[in-house]
Amino acid sequence: MTGTASGKVVVSMTVNGDRVEELVEPRWLLADFLRENLGLTGTHVGCEHGVCGACTILMNGNSVRACLTFAVQAQGADIETVESLGTVNDLDDLQESFRKHHALQCGFCTPGMLMTAIDALRKRPLATDQEIRDALSGNICRCTGYQNIVKAVRTMVQKRDGDD
Amino acid sequence: MPGHKPWLPALATDDKSSRLYMKPPAFGYEAPTSIEQATALLSMHDGDARIIAGGQSLVPMLNFRLLVPSVLVDINRIAGLDEIRDDGKGGLTIGALVRHFQLEASELVAARFPILTEAVRHIAHLAIRNRGTIGGSLSHADPAAELPMMVQLLNGALTIAGPDGTRTVAARDFFDGALTTVLDDAEIVTEIALPALPAGAGWGFKEVARRAGDFAMAAAAVTLTQKDTLIEEARVAVMGVHDQAIRVPGAEAMLQGAVADNGTITAAIAAVREAVDPDDDLHATAEFRRHLIGVLVGRAIHDAWHRAAVAHT
Repeated sequence: MTGTASGKVVVSMTVNGDRVEELVEPRWLLADFLRENLGLTGTHVGCEHGVCGACTILMNGNSVRACLTFAVQAQGADIETVESLGTVNDLDDLQESFRKHHALQCGFCTPGMLMTAIDALRKRPLATDQEIRDALSGNICRCTGYQNIVKAVRTMVQKRDGDD
Repeated sequence: MPGHKPWLPALATDDKSSRLYMKPPAFGYEAPTSIEQATALLSMHDGDARIIAGGQSLVPMLNFRLLVPSVLVDINRIAGLDEIRDDGKGGLTIGALVRHFQLEASELVAARFPILTEAVRHIAHLAIRNRGTIGGSLSHADPAAELPMMVQLLNGALTIAGPDGTRTVAARDFFDGALTTVLDDAEIVTEIALPALPAGAGWGFKEVARRAGDFAMAAAAVTLTQKDTLIEEARVAVMGVHDQAIRVPGAEAMLQGAVADNGTITAAIAAVREAVDPDDDLHATAEFRRHLIGVLVGRAIHDAWHRAAVAHT
């Protein structure tokens, strides 16, 4: 695939299970593409240089910063955003755990926290709260709701490991 | 990679509003499927093209408009660069597109170079490690990044492809100051060879950062072998305290052939503090960094000594 500075290129990918094909400028960030082209505004854009974690999504199952990836680079990829989880009336287990533990206040960081937690729960033992804190340390919450986010993830670790 | 970068130029601003640009400028995009195509594209654009691999350092620089390339050459579609292979001699050959998480999770890496596994655990956050590549980290050459230090410590050699063929450069000759390497505009790092460590080598890795995943204030990596009661071969590398990650031959000389006692370690620490030239920045003063690196080197030597298997004459 090639594209000139002024021209758009066709990119196709799977987003939350649906096949999408769109014309994009090479410079469009995946985060902006998801929000502006597909209307998936659950992926939040905070710092736009990889520091805050709010735009974290899953690309082929791995958490990535959607502000540090171009939409063209997602050619052929399987993308999952926060919209792939539950809905307001039917939360998935991780979202329910966040709700139960009051792990969000304003909610801006929440989509990134959720997508980060999914990857960490798959890849990390998260045996201690310190490990959970380290796993979430790339995601900034300015309401300082960290304590309850750690509790919400702890509950999911227990559920994963079958000791609740 | 995100973080405070005192050596970068001032941020570009929008003349009309003084607002920071946070979107990349327009660029062309090429996704070659072979190294030959990639080097040809780089050659054609004559210094105006940039390679993108993981993009975890490049994209922030594009978003800030610190870089305005005419073309990005995306090397992610080149097959065969994402493998960690046994070199058959106790070492490993690591493809340039191997992601940090791949290194972290590799049993082969853990078995051959446990110090590398430990070092990779300090690179940024999981989401960054899922994308960032070893070739990208080395080519970016951040003075506070782990992999440029580790490949020097491990006597690595880089295979570099260019329009006229490939060449091999020792890791210790590859870096040329902050964010600078000996790579020409049309060259790409394709592979990193790490030769086996000496039998029985012990290791120590120590890093201090404000939070997990932040850029290091300083870090030290040491390997050494033990013969009878003496240190035999010693390697000392440091980062975050100089314009690039470096080996410290002066400290290695203090250790080699010496008894691993407090006097020897103190002499090695003094040699490290003498060799480095840290900067002041938001996170720490130069004086603090110089002190800190000595402490970290001392602790890394201690760990390496205790992990080394004792060989007898």
